[in-house]
Amino acid sequence: MNLLQSIKMAWKSIAGAKIRSFLTMLGIIIGVSSVITLVSVGQGTTSQITDQLEGLGTDLLTVNIMGRGSSTSLSFEEAMALGKIEGVKAVSPVINGSVTAKKGTVNDSLSVEGIAPSYEEVQDFHVQAGRYIIDMDNEFRMKVALIGTEAAETFFGTDNPIGQTIQLNGSSFKIVGLLESKGSSLTASNDNKLLIPIATAERFLQSRGVRSITVQVEDTKQIETVKALLEATLDKKFQNADNAYSIFNSQEMLDTLNSTTQILSLALGGIAGISLLVGGIGIMNIMLVSVSERTREIGVRKAIGAKKRDILMQFMVESTALSGFGGLIGIGLGYGASALIGHYSSLTTTVSLPIVLIAFGFSLFIGIIFGMIPANKAAKLRPIYALRTD
Amino acid sequence: MAAISPPLIDVQNLGHGYRMAGEMMTVLSDISFQVRHGEFVAIIGPSGSGKSTLMNMLGCLDVANEGTYLLDGQDIRKLSDNKLATIRNEKIGFIFQQFNLLPKLTAYENVELPLIYRNVPHKERKKSVEESLRLVGLEDRMHHRPSELSGGQQQRVAIARAIAGSPPLLLADEPTGALDSKTGIEVMDKMKELNALGHTIIIITHDLSIAEQAKRVIRIQDGRIVEDRGSRA
Repeated sequence: MNLLQSIKMAWKSIAGAKIRSFLTMLGIIIGVSSVITLVSVGQGTTSQITDQLEGLGTDLLTVNIMGRGSSTSLSFEEAMALGKIEGVKAVSPVINGSVTAKKGTVNDSLSVEGIAPSYEEVQDFHVQAGRYIIDMDNEFRMKVALIGTEAAETFFGTDNPIGQTIQLNGSSFKIVGLLESKGSSLTASNDNKLLIPIATAERFLQSRGVRSITVQVEDTKQIETVKALLEATLDKKFQNADNAYSIFNSQEMLDTLNSTTQILSLALGGIAGISLLVGGIGIMNIMLVSVSERTREIGVRKAIGAKKRDILMQFMVESTALSGFGGLIGIGLGYGASALIGHYSSLTTTVSLPIVLIAFGFSLFIGIIFGMIPANKAAKLRPIYALRTD
Repeated sequence: MAAISPPLIDVQNLGHGYRMAGEMMTVLSDISFQVRHGEFVAIIGPSGSGKSTLMNMLGCLDVANEGTYLLDGQDIRKLSDNKLATIRNEKIGFIFQQFNLLPKLTAYENVELPLIYRNVPHKERKKSVEESLRLVGLEDRMHHRPSELSGGQQQRVAIARAIAGSPPLLLADEPTGALDSKTGIEVMDKMKELNALGHTIIIITHDLSIAEQAKRVIRIQDGRIVEDRGSRA
């Protein structure tokens, strides 16, 4: 007897007991669909975070300066001197703070960053109109500002903000450039802020020294070396004080995230494996019942010439078809559930094809493994015994 | 002429027993007989005489402990389970008391089953199945399930299944046992008709009126042959 005939027979048997077949498949259906859905949510979220982290730039080191008490801090000039360290491409020191901005009747709190011209290249953040902060602005502590798109809309509406003035904590600043829209990063909104010259900010925000420095390296591979050199320089500056500064590297965070994701995937895989295993036991249970119920049928088949192999194949194909069919329904449900979650919640879902294939493959595998015992039991029945049974 | 060709069935000193609660129970002992092609034999005996065990042996469903059994010249006792399955498929057509049709399959599919196990190609299969069903007069009931057929019709489907693969031997175990007398006669007429067409038939029964319709009667009692009437051997 060939495989096609076995499949036909299995189909007749499955279709002949629809409710039972469906209930038998249910374990596999739930197993497969939950794996696909859970993993799609997990992967969707991960890729969202990864994108944002990658948006921060993997060739950047962020140095946050806490200072050593109130006496020692890093001046703007000292920060710029870090640019001389080997492997450093550019240095962008920042002093940040919050101010109350006022324009006409509009009054709002805004975050302000004091920057150097190098900020443009390091952060890859350009103006769409007007000019950037230049060295001259810093030299003369000019009261000029670049405005983010969101802030521009708040204060100027549809008017062109360039050339207009805005009151920051009572001082007039002239808007010289409108920043391009960059959206939110992991840290904060990029579009609802003002950029002013760092020298102006130092005095205006009454900040002693630079708060944070973004260091761009020439080559991502050198990032660890540059980090070590930076640490050496800063340790010397702060006389090895604890917590005087911290260096953050987005690559490190990506690595941490990736290992977390791997653990998560493993855990999900484990849960999936268990639920599929339970589904498999359900299939085995029903197949064993089915073999007992069909003892006489097996006897008749054997009497008219079915070999052990034919009976074995019939029951194996049946259990594999049950689990495979359950797997297919599970895939459909998994895709549907992922789409629904993606549509009706804030979660991002990405159905991963490898996971779909693995889940389906595993469900087939379960059908084969758990079909073996019942099929073997059926195949080993002696025809005279099987014919005598009612 | 019949004496020249080798017998279809050649049983010599067949004996069989079961071990029950540690004691050997002898069911058959010293059974010897031959059946030639084209014969119509009834094996008759009361219940417990061992005739069902003999039928299992003849049908290659079980293998005897002692003696030899040659079916169509082949020594059955030396064969593996798989070879026995092939022998059953190719040499024997079974007709059971309880019909033993598969309830989920149509008459056509039931008759087709032995041919599927023999790997007969679809076209040939269709031809044989339709021919057998026509022979038992059920060509217009082909796609009915057993539950939609009367007892007599079901047994005719079973007969069609038995002859579909044109095996040399038809083995019927109380073929009329589950039927009323009228349909029983119909089924027996069908059997005689098949015998007239050249099929070798062995009927196992406890019913003398059925046995009388055969050309030869072998009577069994307590596991031994006590009478062999009408033997041509």
